[in-house]
Amino acid sequence: MTDLDQFRADTRAWLEENCPQSMRTPRLNFDDAYWGGRRPDIAHPDQKLWCERMAGRGWTVPQWPKEYGGGGLGKDEAKVLRQEMARINARSPLESFGISMLGPALLKFGSEEQKKEHLPRIARGEIRWCQGYSEPNAGSDLASLQTRAEDRGDHYLINGQKVWTSYADKADWIFCLVRTDNSGSKHEGISFVLFDMDQPGVTVKPIKLISGSSPFCETFFDDAKALKKNLIGEEGKGWTIAKYLLTHEREMISAFGTAPKQSLGETALETVGADASGRLANGVLRRDIAQYQLDALAFGHTMARVGDEAKAGQGLGPASSIFKYYGTELNKRRNELNLAVRGEGALGWDGEVYDGGRLSRDWLRSKGNSIEGGTSEVQLNIIAKRVLGLPDA
Amino acid sequence: MALVLNEEQVMLKDSAAGFLAQKAGVPQLRALRDGNSAEGFDPAVWREMVDMGWAGIAIPEDFGGLGYGYTGFGLVLEQVGRHLSCSPLESSVLVAATLVNELGSPAQKARWLPAIAGGDCQMTLALQEGSHHAPERTAATARAEGDGFVLNGDKVLVLDAATAGHFLVVARTAGEAGDTEGLGVFLVAAGTEGLSVEPRSMVDSRSAGALALRDVRVDADAVLGEPGAAWAALERTLDIANIGLAAELLGLSVEAFERTVAYLQERKQFGRIIGGFQGLQHRAAELFAELELARSTVLKALQAIDGDADKLSLLASAAKAKLCEVAARATNEAIQMHGGIGMTDEHEIGFFIKRARVVQHTFGDYNYHLDRFARLSGF
Repeated sequence: MTDLDQFRADTRAWLEENCPQSMRTPRLNFDDAYWGGRRPDIAHPDQKLWCERMAGRGWTVPQWPKEYGGGGLGKDEAKVLRQEMARINARSPLESFGISMLGPALLKFGSEEQKKEHLPRIARGEIRWCQGYSEPNAGSDLASLQTRAEDRGDHYLINGQKVWTSYADKADWIFCLVRTDNSGSKHEGISFVLFDMDQPGVTVKPIKLISGSSPFCETFFDDAKALKKNLIGEEGKGWTIAKYLLTHEREMISAFGTAPKQSLGETALETVGADASGRLANGVLRRDIAQYQLDALAFGHTMARVGDEAKAGQGLGPASSIFKYYGTELNKRRNELNLAVRGEGALGWDGEVYDGGRLSRDWLRSKGNSIEGGTSEVQLNIIAKRVLGLPDA
Repeated sequence: MALVLNEEQVMLKDSAAGFLAQKAGVPQLRALRDGNSAEGFDPAVWREMVDMGWAGIAIPEDFGGLGYGYTGFGLVLEQVGRHLSCSPLESSVLVAATLVNELGSPAQKARWLPAIAGGDCQMTLALQEGSHHAPERTAATARAEGDGFVLNGDKVLVLDAATAGHFLVVARTAGEAGDTEGLGVFLVAAGTEGLSVEPRSMVDSRSAGALALRDVRVDADAVLGEPGAAWAALERTLDIANIGLAAELLGLSVEAFERTVAYLQERKQFGRIIGGFQGLQHRAAELFAELELARSTVLKALQAIDGDADKLSLLASAAKAKLCEVAARATNEAIQMHGGIGMTDEHEIGFFIKRARVVQHTFGDYNYHLDRFARLSGF
């Protein structure tokens, strides 16, 4: 038996014994996930138990080094773990911006002391993080941000406002872009700092979206304090970290472009009906759906190809630059087609007959995908300049 | 199978690119056109391709080929598309050899495949009859008579008809237009009595032609496989052919796009490089994204041929439909973004749009394959 086979056998046995039965079913919805933190939303007591057990082995972050709370697994072992979890339908034990966004940035740019302080608490789900990036006047033009950080010896005094802060109302700490210097170009003088949200100088106000949900907040800083030991990288050089982190965010959002299980075409046969030869009765709708399904298939193959190229050591080719743009546009098309295919059934806002308005709310929420994390237009600018080498306007 | 090229495939791609750039590029296509070439390609260049093994690239080793598979062949076809290279590589190797290999008896394969691989025989498929690709609507007939068959019918868009030594004629032994049952494939030599070949001048300056078959008599051994039972092999051959043509369209589209981007980087108007205008930048960036998707569908489909995947038809129609869409967009944008110079015959960009439309149409265009993709997807 090879080491990997042994690892698989051990993993299977451990999961069999430790994964609660209730955690072996798919999540009901986005809110059914476990996000940890000081004041966790707990939909089911097993969520916390499952997270603790996994964190005990470092398996909430299987590939992080052990000294930072990770599992220290290699690529192949991590793949085995994923496969074994999928085998029993085990849920992800912990959803976390700390894991998906801050962690990779800390591992790359943080000091040893910073990694030791923050990473294990992310891995155990003790601290829930949010991202302080956009401001009322710094959206697509993120580098124009104006939130000020004043040097006060051992700490910075922070004043200003962030907007579109995801789940700031539930977060314990924030990783935040602030301006420490106004004298140079707008990309200089930005610093990347971490601080506790539980202090008098921080106020959070949820924003209600057209979909009815409030995943984002306005976040106000009025003499908030950030200890200097929580400045990541050099003062004034935070833009590099910000960009690195954005690529992780964009990868996450582009995954929305992957196709769901029942195809739109199959659903449409039920709602619109078939003609004598078995084709979808409405030819115009049929063409739209076919175009969407073709592009969704091609997008899936492109994600797979770029992944395979990276594994083969060919690096992340230029194709990766299209993911955020294409994935979110595709998701919007799918949601629009959902409306066309389901008709009246997709227009409900509330009530059991409409499944709580899931379709209309998902449709409305999808409009934000091509805005958040860099608009489609910004992504096209990036492709034009960085990949195609076209000059600045 | 990982969606990446191995070292051997990368080498093949590079050597094909080098050869075609030197021997069979757009200047050579222009010269063939202006010289009213009867062949539509340069026989000496074709001979060199044969000598490099290209004519047997996907033919099994047992039958005199390289047994290199269609993924490798697709890389060569992509380069053919990039350079608009003229040769019977599509008609004789991609289509005819594949059909013989899929449908022929062992004796027929042993006789014809080494001949195609060695360049001694040039063969082509005679399928289309009306304005559109509709193989199951074939009306040409094959009537059993004595020891053989008598063929009647008319064919168009027979690739490289002027130079082909043999035609694979699709004709019906039973049933009527619309039935997939009753179709057969018959090998007819050029010069057979009752067969007339009419070379036609096409927009891409390649040599396609029309066939008229009037009581053409062939022997019983001219039938590939069982008479009347050719559909499965014909369908698989057309899937492979369309994937190969999609690979050609990929090369053509990428080349047209790269030439266009290069033009955007140098052309000045209003005192500045036009590539700095966002109106053009976003269109170019969107096209770049589409080309990346196109590349993935082609590679996936090529690997599906070699891997004997069960969804070959779906992947073939996906690849052809996607590449028809992207090639149309890439070549239309190429002309528009080149501006007035793009409308001149002197500039090379016009050759790309002309070739693209013929390849798009051949064996089914966007509408045909998107419809088929939907049907195979269950709606």
